[in-house]
Amino acid sequence: MDLAIGIILGCCALGAGICMGIGAIGPGIGEGNAVSKACEAIGRQPESKGAVTSTMIMGCAIAETTGIYALVIAILLIFVAPNIMVNILKEAIGLL
Amino acid sequence: MNEKSLRFRIVDALYVAMMALPILCALVIQILTKAPGEGISITGAQIFFTLPMPLQPLPITTAQVNTWLVMISILGLCLYMTHGLTVRARLRRQLLCEWIIEKTEAMVKESMGDFFSGYAPFIASILALSAFSSLLSLFGLNPPTSDINVVAGWAILVFILITYYKLKGGFLNYLKGFTEPIFIMTPLNILGEVATPVSMAFRHYGNVLSGSVIAVLIAAALQGLSSLILGWLPGGLGEIPFFQIGLPAILSLYFDIFSGLMQAYIFAMLTMLNISGAFPQDEYEKRKQKKLLKNKK
Repeated sequence: MDLAIGIILGCCALGAGICMGIGAIGPGIGEGNAVSKACEAIGRQPESKGAVTSTMIMGCAIAETTGIYALVIAILLIFVAPNIMVNILKEAIGLL
Repeated sequence: MNEKSLRFRIVDALYVAMMALPILCALVIQILTKAPGEGISITGAQIFFTLPMPLQPLPITTAQVNTWLVMISILGLCLYMTHGLTVRARLRRQLLCEWIIEKTEAMVKESMGDFFSGYAPFIASILALSAFSSLLSLFGLNPPTSDINVVAGWAILVFILITYYKLKGGFLNYLKGFTEPIFIMTPLNILGEVATPVSMAFRHYGNVLSGSVIAVLIAAALQGLSSLILGWLPGGLGEIPFFQIGLPAILSLYFDIFSGLMQAYIFAMLTMLNISGAFPQDEYEKRKQKKLLKNKK
């Protein structure tokens, strides 16, 4: 029983870590691209700095979305999933 | 009305009290109901009590209470700002009001078009509610936007509006829109329809929640570091977490203020884009002309 609960907790933590780690790659690359292009645009036309910056921040925040999904899943895995899993396990053992 | 008169000042003071008292009330509620225990823990919204409802019991949580208090506070702010309006602006707050309203209307007109120019109050209220809710975390309160139920409610409202404007082009056209470009895409299109509110809700809620979770984690880490390095100090000095001074405040500048305001702006922007994008302009005008012709006959 202890071993089973330990495996559940460990796997939840591992899953959260992997989820966050892989989920952060995409938004990182995307936002880096957006910011680099914005820097180029500002370098080419310094007078359009305001418009480019506001559009870039908007785009960055939308590119961040997938990262936020990963974060939500990680938070669920850490704070919500272990309880549910352990309860399921206990029920299964009680039923058996 | 004379703005130097006693009556004007008393009403002003009442409005300011209406702004400040709900925040104080929320603070008092939090102090009274916060469970004693370790200072650092990550918990969701607290359930105060549950109301019996026909379908399912309705729990009243911190998120709901705080949302209502923020709404009262914003109402007080609006009343204060619009108190003593005159044709020729004599008060500074009237100039600020006019500036805010002009900016909002220009923004709505620019991103939604002329047909939706009446949407400025709705967008402004979403913006204000979201921004002020997120800024509650500056007072150490539980921001309502870090609870998914609150944000999901707003997202469902936006979803209803999107569907309403899609139906303006006719019910058959609405159904036909799901089978484009080919009928095999129908399940994906239905999924995409549902994904809009879900992604809006998750984006806002995740950003605000991540801010508070990271703040708690950093506070805990700094406390540990402090007791590790300065634990040898005599008396009670060793127990005071000196490292907690400063750094959390700088981080809160980003996570609470910048992130909260940014998400409010993005939520409002996406609301505008989704609603105006859902409206089939050509179909609507065709139907309008057909109706006019029918009426003439």
